[in-house]
Amino acid sequence: MPEKTDFFGVPWGWAHILVYVVVIGCFLFMLYRLYLQARLWWKVGRPEKRWDQPFKRFWRVIQYIFGQSKVMGQLYPGLMHVAIFWSFLVFFAGTAAAVINTRVYPFLVGRPYLYYKLILDLFVPVFLIGVMLAEYRRWVQKPKRLTFEDRFSWSLILIAFIVVTGLMVESLRLAIQQPAWAAWSPVASPVSQIWMITGASEATLYAIYYVFYVVHPLLVCLFFVLLPSTPMFHVLTTPLNVFFSRLNRPLGQLAPVPQDAKGVPIYTRSLCNLTWSQLLNGDGCTECGRCQDACPAHAAGQPINPKEIMLGLRNALHSDGAILDKREGKGPDLIGKPGLTEDILWSCSSCGACVQECPVLNEHVDTIVDMRRYLVSEGRLDSKAQDVLNSLGRYGNSFGQSERARAKWAQTLEPKIKDARKGPVEYLWFVGDYASYSPALTDVTRSTANVFQKAGIDFGILYEAERNAGNDVRRVGEEGLFEMLAEKNGAALAKCNFKAIVTTDPHSYNTLKHEYPADLIGGRPVLHYTELLDQLIASGRLRFSKSLGYKVTYQDPCYLGRYNMVYEAPRRVIRATGCEIHEMPRNGKRALCCGAGGGRIWMEEKAIKERPSESRIREAVGLDGVQCFVVSCPKDMRMYGDAVKTTGQEQKLAVKDLIELVNAAL
Amino acid sequence: MKIVVPIQLVPDLVEELVVDSSGAALDRESLRWKLSEPDDHAIEQAILLKEKGGGEVVVLAPDLEGVDDVLFAAAAKGADKLIKLTGDFEGGFNEHAVARAFLPWVKEVQPDLVLTGVQTHNGLDGAVGAIMAEYLAVPYVGYISGVSVAGGKATLHKDYPGGLRAEIEVALPAVLGISSAESAPRYVPISKVRQVMKTSRIDTKDAGGLDLGGAASVKRMFPPEVAERATMIQGSAEEVAAKLAAIMKEQGLV
Amino acid sequence: MNQDIFVVIEHRRGQIADITYVALAQAQALAKETGGKVVALLLGNNASGLAKNLAADSAWTIDQAALAEFASEAYGKVLAGVIKEKSPRAVLLGDTTVGAELAGLLSARLGLPLITSCLRVGAGKYMCKICGGKMMVEGDLPAETVLVAMIPGSFKVEQGQSAKGPEVTPLPAPDLSGLRVTFKQYIEPQTGDIDITVQKVLVGIGRGIERQDNLELANELAEALGGAVCASRPVVDQGWLPTSRLVGKSGKTVKPKLYLACGISGAPEHAETITGSEMIIAVNTDPAAPIFGMAKYGTEVNMLDLMPALSEAIRKIKGG
Repeated sequence: MPEKTDFFGVPWGWAHILVYVVVIGCFLFMLYRLYLQARLWWKVGRPEKRWDQPFKRFWRVIQYIFGQSKVMGQLYPGLMHVAIFWSFLVFFAGTAAAVINTRVYPFLVGRPYLYYKLILDLFVPVFLIGVMLAEYRRWVQKPKRLTFEDRFSWSLILIAFIVVTGLMVESLRLAIQQPAWAAWSPVASPVSQIWMITGASEATLYAIYYVFYVVHPLLVCLFFVLLPSTPMFHVLTTPLNVFFSRLNRPLGQLAPVPQDAKGVPIYTRSLCNLTWSQLLNGDGCTECGRCQDACPAHAAGQPINPKEIMLGLRNALHSDGAILDKREGKGPDLIGKPGLTEDILWSCSSCGACVQECPVLNEHVDTIVDMRRYLVSEGRLDSKAQDVLNSLGRYGNSFGQSERARAKWAQTLEPKIKDARKGPVEYLWFVGDYASYSPALTDVTRSTANVFQKAGIDFGILYEAERNAGNDVRRVGEEGLFEMLAEKNGAALAKCNFKAIVTTDPHSYNTLKHEYPADLIGGRPVLHYTELLDQLIASGRLRFSKSLGYKVTYQDPCYLGRYNMVYEAPRRVIRATGCEIHEMPRNGKRALCCGAGGGRIWMEEKAIKERPSESRIREAVGLDGVQCFVVSCPKDMRMYGDAVKTTGQEQKLAVKDLIELVNAAL
Repeated sequence: MKIVVPIQLVPDLVEELVVDSSGAALDRESLRWKLSEPDDHAIEQAILLKEKGGGEVVVLAPDLEGVDDVLFAAAAKGADKLIKLTGDFEGGFNEHAVARAFLPWVKEVQPDLVLTGVQTHNGLDGAVGAIMAEYLAVPYVGYISGVSVAGGKATLHKDYPGGLRAEIEVALPAVLGISSAESAPRYVPISKVRQVMKTSRIDTKDAGGLDLGGAASVKRMFPPEVAERATMIQGSAEEVAAKLAAIMKEQGLV
Repeated sequence: MNQDIFVVIEHRRGQIADITYVALAQAQALAKETGGKVVALLLGNNASGLAKNLAADSAWTIDQAALAEFASEAYGKVLAGVIKEKSPRAVLLGDTTVGAELAGLLSARLGLPLITSCLRVGAGKYMCKICGGKMMVEGDLPAETVLVAMIPGSFKVEQGQSAKGPEVTPLPAPDLSGLRVTFKQYIEPQTGDIDITVQKVLVGIGRGIERQDNLELANELAEALGGAVCASRPVVDQGWLPTSRLVGKSGKTVKPKLYLACGISGAPEHAETITGSEMIIAVNTDPAAPIFGMAKYGTEVNMLDLMPALSEAIRKIKGG
């Protein structure tokens, strides 16, 4: 009758107890070390409520940790990690099952036992293949985003040895015991054959067996004891990171500036000013570097590296944690530490690609903005950005022009666009700075008005009452200015009578949708113009008389695509105009930011390798036969319009706003 | 050390300048007042001196629309006292009038230094600083781009044409006309200004009627003649470039 | 009050400022109307030699060590006395970093009306340019002795020069003790760069250049034209070009054959230092920019588009 032989070859006695005590002791020691590190998160960091909705949070752990759903976002490393991790889970479960079988209830008898053996055995080669894939990646492929330090390889070797010694124990037992059901161990069994072929005596086999029998749990104990000091610490921290990941706040909504008991704003000068979950991010980082690869600013040669930011936090916490623990609210400046310098922080365009890629749900952008808020409070930003912020404060736009000139573009239009301040409209069109003030974009803005009119929708604009919506002002860290702009826009909107807001600019779209007071928007839909057009086409109100037949590619704007998941609506509209979409390799949620967001377009451009916008144009030109680069964001028009000239691709590729296609097809 | 910074508001040139019905002044309706840029530098220089050597900074301004925001911003940067002068500024003023209006309140502070912007873009009758210095009977040096104070004297960097500068020493008390501070005026986040609005106070003093003597009267104001305009060349960048290149060749410049 | 026109001669390190000649030219024109003489007031330390090419009827010189540097405190003390005693129709100075200072002092001390930023006076009227060049102001010349600080634009430097110099009369030097302002030393501007004042072709760039990167476009154009790049204040303040390239009131005055003003609005502090250019071509997206009032040709095309196109067009002409 197949049944599990526990502690084969080791009679019950002090040996068993020793094994249990030592192994469990080391396991507990590992948990204690986790506690010591975790303690720093909430001792040093600010409080934050992230215990709500435990079931939803637990489901996330199932999806992202056990299901490895984001890890699988990239095929090779995904499969590699799943092979190692799921095998690890299986072995762990197997050991736990064995203990329960021995000490609680012997259920590993008969069929269940055989399936148990089969599964455990099959995962051995899976695991070993995973390890080989990993070492190959680390030593041969050498993708830049990894941290090439020995501690990673040593960790892999340690766990490989654990599994191999386990296999040795198993195969030697089979060689000695030679049970009838040995075939149910399809991996250990052939190995046991090899042992038997050597012709060693049973005594010799027992001797070797005892050696492995001792080494195997010792290695496991070593694993437990060392784990918190190795890269494998992520095994413990990442489930916590995912459990405590942000739940209630949409991606496009920044947290407000925290205030202390007296209402004085708290700025992130040192680690103590970050929340405990932000500190956890540092320890949760696995150093995989996917964020680094996704970052457009990093690719352009700017000093920023999202991975180094996370590690900067972690290293700061590890080095200064003990000091900070004791001193209330003080501690060394965080900004200026490696990976966290001012230059680095200002390089970010807030595109969210890092957050999108991170397999353990780290929130890089929020922490960057928090540190920017501190810099702004100290007046530490470049002079060009200061001028723009002053202009926004005084004139409500980033162009330094009078607020009275905002609707100049609309003056020559016939029929005159309705004034939403004066009468009710169905759609309040929030035009945005660039569409209003940039001379290069006036035609596009007028085309938009034309399309709205031809579609017969009832729309109006705020004329001179409109101000910059403030999305990028918030991302720069000038919260006070954002509040002021939101108040002014809010006062204008409150007086108007409208059913929905439609915007031309994805940045305005994002902030109106997520960051303006809910009672101001009053549950009314906020739409990007592509969403509106999509609805109008679907309902038949907007019809096309021509089919343009262009071969085009579409650039997903960060704040429409990645932040708000509006991917399909613009594509449907493009197809409806009769154009054929050829996707760039990096599309949808992986689309490459143009580099203008996060206030970057307002800052001085330092020496860089290649602008993200230029890299993108090259990507588009690489697509066979594509004549047109379609955008749906005014800043994109500006950035790619420039890039197509500086890369000399003007003859090959025309940059057009989606509305121009619609206008032409009417 | 006590520093007084009398500042002025000038028409914001970003707005369209419209001449009113009298033909001799700017239309007040379309006018927006803005802190004169050299005065912004004067405030910054005063704060820098205070940060270096301690003291008190008093900012003095005429009561025109928007002055409260300007004064609170100065307080957020570090100014200690804010004084707003009410008077018939809306009716028209000139540099002499402003100097006379500020005078009693400057005297009251008994400052070691008076820093003021070296000129306003709409000034027709000199600089407030030079005039006020005479009334105070203290020396005046203008076009300053650097100030340091030690032992009752100020060492200044004065700008001359051609990028030339000179080091000048002046015995205090003195009036300085600042053209640029040693570093660009700092950025003050709006949240700080809003906080300062809750804690600071603006003292209002009455300047009474304004004495406009010392300036010539204005008969007519008008935008520069259009007839003197350049011959505009239209077209795309390439078309215009071709035409200009041809013109340059014709003129023997190429 | 007599009908003479006094002109305060501004000089520095042995050179007479250009604006002084402009003021002399204006004085000549004004004197013809009033029927008085043009008197140059030349103060300094052994500076009387500078009087020889001034277009004035007479030159009164006062020499004293304290007057070595053209500065307002000492000069003010001396001139206040002279003006009070002689009571001329008008006193003309240059609206410069010292002249303006001096004018203010004299106006307040003597209680005389002052007109600054002045383009010209004549026929009983004055004409000024203010508000960054966007507004002209006109009015009647006051009846009493008027102080006028002039800006360039109405007269050429040559009009203020004369081969036949004025009659020089030395005046006694007054007591100049107890001065509270002391001149210490000059601080030379950054050197090691080209001298834009001798270039025949200049490409001037202003705010419109937007980013430091774009300087490349300007350099390319200057190279194609065989000239050099200079800039207005905002560009130099950013540190993108050294102060040796600054054209403006606190920078250099230039007189090239061709001045290509790109993204420059034409505000007086810059405009008055390029009036000597033979031809100005203005490139600015703002059709209301005052620069178009000084330029011979202009275009609203964005300078970032025009500069590369123009470089190309010029290379074609030169090559082909």
